[in-house]
Amino acid sequence: MSLMGDEFSLRRLADPAEFHSELRLDGTPPERLRAYMTDMVRIRLAERQLAAGRRDGLIGGPVHLGVGQEAVAVGVSAHLRASDRVFGAHRSHCHLLALGSSMEGLFAEVLGRDSGHSKGMGGSMHLWDQPKGFYGSVPIVAGTVPLAVGAGLAAKLQQSGDIAVAYLGDGAVEEGVVHESLNLARIQDIPIIFVVENNLFASHMHISTRQPKDSTARFAAANGVAHRVIDGNDVIAVAAAADELVHAARSGEGPGFIEAVTFRWYGHVDWREDIDVGLYRSAEELDNWRRRDPIRRLKDAMLKTGVWTDQDDKSLMDQLQKEVEAAWTQAIHAPYPDAGALLNRLYYQEDRR
Amino acid sequence: MMQKLTTYNYSTAILAAFEYLLAKYPDVFVIGQGLWSPWYVGNSMTDLDKKFGKQRVIDTPVAESACTGAAVGASLAGLKPIVVHPRLDFMLYAMDAIVNQAAKWSYMTGGQGHPGLTIRGIINRGGEQGAQHSQALQAWFAHVPGLRVVMPATVADARDLLVSSVLCKDPVIYIDDRWLYDLTDDLPPVVERDLRQERAKCLREGRDLTIVGSSYSTRLALNAAEELERRGISAEVVDLRVLNPLDTEAVVNSVKKTGRLLVVDGGWGPCGVAGEVISSVIEQIQLTDLKVNPRRVTLPFAPAPTARNLEKAYYPDKNSVISAAEALFYL
Repeated sequence: MSLMGDEFSLRRLADPAEFHSELRLDGTPPERLRAYMTDMVRIRLAERQLAAGRRDGLIGGPVHLGVGQEAVAVGVSAHLRASDRVFGAHRSHCHLLALGSSMEGLFAEVLGRDSGHSKGMGGSMHLWDQPKGFYGSVPIVAGTVPLAVGAGLAAKLQQSGDIAVAYLGDGAVEEGVVHESLNLARIQDIPIIFVVENNLFASHMHISTRQPKDSTARFAAANGVAHRVIDGNDVIAVAAAADELVHAARSGEGPGFIEAVTFRWYGHVDWREDIDVGLYRSAEELDNWRRRDPIRRLKDAMLKTGVWTDQDDKSLMDQLQKEVEAAWTQAIHAPYPDAGALLNRLYYQEDRR
Repeated sequence: MMQKLTTYNYSTAILAAFEYLLAKYPDVFVIGQGLWSPWYVGNSMTDLDKKFGKQRVIDTPVAESACTGAAVGASLAGLKPIVVHPRLDFMLYAMDAIVNQAAKWSYMTGGQGHPGLTIRGIINRGGEQGAQHSQALQAWFAHVPGLRVVMPATVADARDLLVSSVLCKDPVIYIDDRWLYDLTDDLPPVVERDLRQERAKCLREGRDLTIVGSSYSTRLALNAAEELERRGISAEVVDLRVLNPLDTEAVVNSVKKTGRLLVVDGGWGPCGVAGEVISSVIEQIQLTDLKVNPRRVTLPFAPAPTARNLEKAYYPDKNSVISAAEALFYL
């Protein structure tokens, strides 16, 4: 067998001309389907609002948007509970919202307001909502991966049955600490799921310019970690993989690894589409990826089976649009942190939560 | 009633702190390389794995970065981890976990997330080990807001500052020096103290000169002070103990009394702890409080050599401190 053989190739999963048709629902209960739909649309509308806020100059800092990738976080979160420990990275609005976190808290945080999830001290790239299970996200690529391993190790020592989740991208697997983390998680049988959102790009660099193979699951295989490579724009497939691996991790079987192949519709950062930078990101390709829309594919399947109607769709859009507008209005009128926050949040203080 | 005293040396005092913490606090665990080895970290952790189990005393793959990051994550989940780096040099692999994550977590979560972990880095110099088995990088960690840095110079502090560090809800870098391991003292039982209240301490009173040190440098200062006394110079010795956040009040008070300042540090001079102490003191006194310009004793600005003769020349000793002190009087 050649060292550069066909193993660990994404093949059709990386071909944007594929997987455009409606999802197979595999007997998923209707209420579950409606929850997926609601959560994905909620995330998308929230991120659209952030894109607009950034474009219009209302948001001062960078926003890394995950429109097009909603199915990954929603499918994974379907099998999590509030005592689990989820860590994200720079593109984590979706990971946070998929846990049921407040949209207003997210908006206020991105706007640097005191009412934000991180009290206005983190912005888009340092999100936190531990009561909902979101332990934190940071923009140092792969920075939270070992932290998630440690939160999983804690769950093992605490015998709580909780698990950790590390969301990372295909760029992050190029960082050495990810390999240390996979090895440590395996050797210590740590209950953690590594969720690689492989959107084929690290900033402007296509995976073919960065790695000899396009499937990152090879690193899980090398460390003896159970892995599933799936269409990340298929919420049913994501949820099925998560169900299996989360259950195994909770039962003491140690780490799991999901490689969810997806694509971001916006560029690396902010609201532009980035079809003019780097390699392989043409308008045509982006257009093709938009046809692999995780929401539209779920909707088509639900409409066909009668679980969803056009009226349901309209009601959902109305309801969520209202939530977005109310959350944005409240967030943008909220106060900034007190001047004292400049220095007094450095260390633990008993008088704060 | 007399308190019961137990004899320790610096390294068994560290061991006693580990035993105290692991016995009393079920949420304490230890992770690092060499923890199941009988000799890796001197006798400062002997048999902890046998007493408390390999689940809580975890020897690890060769992965400083992931193990330190894991300890940060475990602390966020409510445990009190202690990471052990048998040589500070190897800890540099973990700088992201320390500087980007642990140090900033409280701040960037608006004071809501708390990585209460202790990272023990051991300075292990000499023995012709050379440039990568010898570094004293306390200044790096003292430079970063959000970390706490402690460097015990005494047997009591070796034990009690480790206990305080682990019970603190902030990330603490605890640095011990193997050249201190044979130091002996009789200690009363552990009293838990809030690390946030720990400050620099005057270990020896004097009239003519203030010598400031930390860790092994404090020992050099104390030894030098004895000899200086014989030569007619009364030196006061202030042990910094906590380098971050650095509180120089004790140093300032001493300098106001003696009018002379000498700072000894086991690291390099440029942008180092000694320079920081001098600047900080100067900012808080009148120049007329000083009888002479302050001085510092630090390493030559080069990596540690291996050859015996060069190594001997490299590390400041008692005589380096005495010479520098005398220069404040006779030059």
